[in-house]
Amino acid sequence: MEFGPHLMLAALEGAVTAAILALTAMGLSIVFGVMRVVNVAHGEFYMIGAVLAWVVASMVGVTPALGFLAALVIAPLVVGAIAVVADRVILERIAYDPDRTIVATIGLLYIIQQTTLMTFGPDARPVEPPFNHRLSLPWFEWGENGFAMFWPWGLSITSYKLFVILAAIAILTALWLFMTRTKAGLIMRATQQDSETAQAFGIPVGRVYSYVFGLGAGLAAMGAVLVVPIQQAHYLMGHDPLLLSFIVVIIGGLGSLPGTVIAAFLIGMSDGIISVFFSPTLAKIIATLVVALVLVFRPQGLMGRVER
Amino acid sequence: MTNARRSLYLHLGVIALLAALFFILPAYHVSSLARIMVLAVYAMGFNLLFGYTGLLSLGHALFFATGMYGLGLAMYHFDVPAEPAFVVGVICALVVAAAVGFLALRTSGVSFMIVTLMFAQAGYLTALYFGGWTRGDEGFVIRQDARVFLGADVSTETARYFAALTLFSVVFLAIAYLVRSPFGRTLVAIRENEERTRMLGYDTHRAKLIAVILSGTISGAAGAAYALLFGYAGATFATVQYSIFPLLWVLLGGAGTTLGPLIGVVFMFYLIDLSSSVTQAYMLIAGVALVLLTLFAPQGLAGELRRRAFRWLP
Repeated sequence: MEFGPHLMLAALEGAVTAAILALTAMGLSIVFGVMRVVNVAHGEFYMIGAVLAWVVASMVGVTPALGFLAALVIAPLVVGAIAVVADRVILERIAYDPDRTIVATIGLLYIIQQTTLMTFGPDARPVEPPFNHRLSLPWFEWGENGFAMFWPWGLSITSYKLFVILAAIAILTALWLFMTRTKAGLIMRATQQDSETAQAFGIPVGRVYSYVFGLGAGLAAMGAVLVVPIQQAHYLMGHDPLLLSFIVVIIGGLGSLPGTVIAAFLIGMSDGIISVFFSPTLAKIIATLVVALVLVFRPQGLMGRVER
Repeated sequence: MTNARRSLYLHLGVIALLAALFFILPAYHVSSLARIMVLAVYAMGFNLLFGYTGLLSLGHALFFATGMYGLGLAMYHFDVPAEPAFVVGVICALVVAAAVGFLALRTSGVSFMIVTLMFAQAGYLTALYFGGWTRGDEGFVIRQDARVFLGADVSTETARYFAALTLFSVVFLAIAYLVRSPFGRTLVAIRENEERTRMLGYDTHRAKLIAVILSGTISGAAGAAYALLFGYAGATFATVQYSIFPLLWVLLGGAGTTLGPLIGVVFMFYLIDLSSSVTQAYMLIAGVALVLLTLFAPQGLAGELRRRAFRWLP
């Protein structure tokens, strides 16, 4: 295959990765932005989301579409509820102290992983996508007969993957509207700006923190539900999303939501494109070094403000 | 009794106790304890940077693995004898630590954490990429007959235990001395308030760079010793997991205490060891223990001891 069609395919695959990553990283970013908490267990919330998607889909089992839809609603709610409880029981009681939250969330990571292993088991389990048509993609080029459209072999994407991209855009738009147009969003932003002043104005900061933690976990779970029809649910699957989300959040600028989306797009795309054209390991080495050097020379991230 | 003298007796006492345990404990625990002491050296290296200087690195596996591969590859591919190979491992770790410190110290706080994490991840991927040399995740075994250090065959139980104890004692005493020295006090001052320390005329950037280099070198020495004493090197030791371990050990044992790293490693090692003999769910128990400790012993085990009873603990 030639370079052009290959690039388009890589870009589409990259966009799917970027879509999922944007949702997951957004959860981490909101939690960090509002609460200043580095949540190491974020990848595990993602993992339970995927596992719950399998549980719900196999219980509803009328049609794949209905099961998937139920999972998309139920899994994030349950995961959000678990996170709220974790916040109340653990994080609030250690007063969100930076070092101690890291240890506590590592502990939480172990607990969630082991509990899932004991109940769900070590197998990877698939969820059937609600629809999965194979769409061939056209390619335009100047050939012998002038400008022509043709259908290169193998250049195709499934309708489900397109749906993932659109769903992520829809969810992120809804989140943006929530943050900028509703009272709850206003309260969240006020807490992010200055939690002490917010408290003085009668905002229940403790409750806001719990809901924000739940919202962050819920976003990770949504990303995971969308991903299970492509990958499978597995009890160790939280590791990579955690690391990638970290990178995205830092590169985007801590707590900056537009920065997070841009960074997720850049990283998803470069991951898709580089690993199609070069050795995946080499691509990852270069990508990690670039990330490190971006931070060395621009510590505030792409869209972050310089800390005073 | 002055605090300095008390602290000296305490450190010598711990070393004497560890030496005595060799003769008391059954073989299985002796072998565990040798491993614990090497890992405690790693944790002490980490603690120098995190506990005393206040810099949270999530990339210490890079230094540990550099020491390990420096020694391992030299012995495996070039048949270098153990003593110079150990020096090679330590020097490699020193050079890498200097390079990482030089770049990463341009950032601070969470960015420092992520930059070190990224460098370590790049290091891990490099070990995988050169799989022909390092044999990747699978790792390689160092020939048993080559594992002779200063005339002692460290593949035997006794020599291994005392080699681990020697390395442990040297680093343990050196750090106890260092943190009482003016330089160590400067590090603590940086941890408490870097701005003020700089205004008092200290070159804080230079002090932090030295701290990174010392910390990385000690961690590298632990890695080299691990490869030599247990005869194995592999990319597993370069994973994020091995960067998180020293943080856990140090926080559990007590950050910024000389005893903390040892206590943390012993606690974590035996917690997992004992609970896995009782139940399959040792991760669950470890997780619950971590959460409970953060709730009820926020300064770690040694930190709590210092806060409640022994204010003079170093």
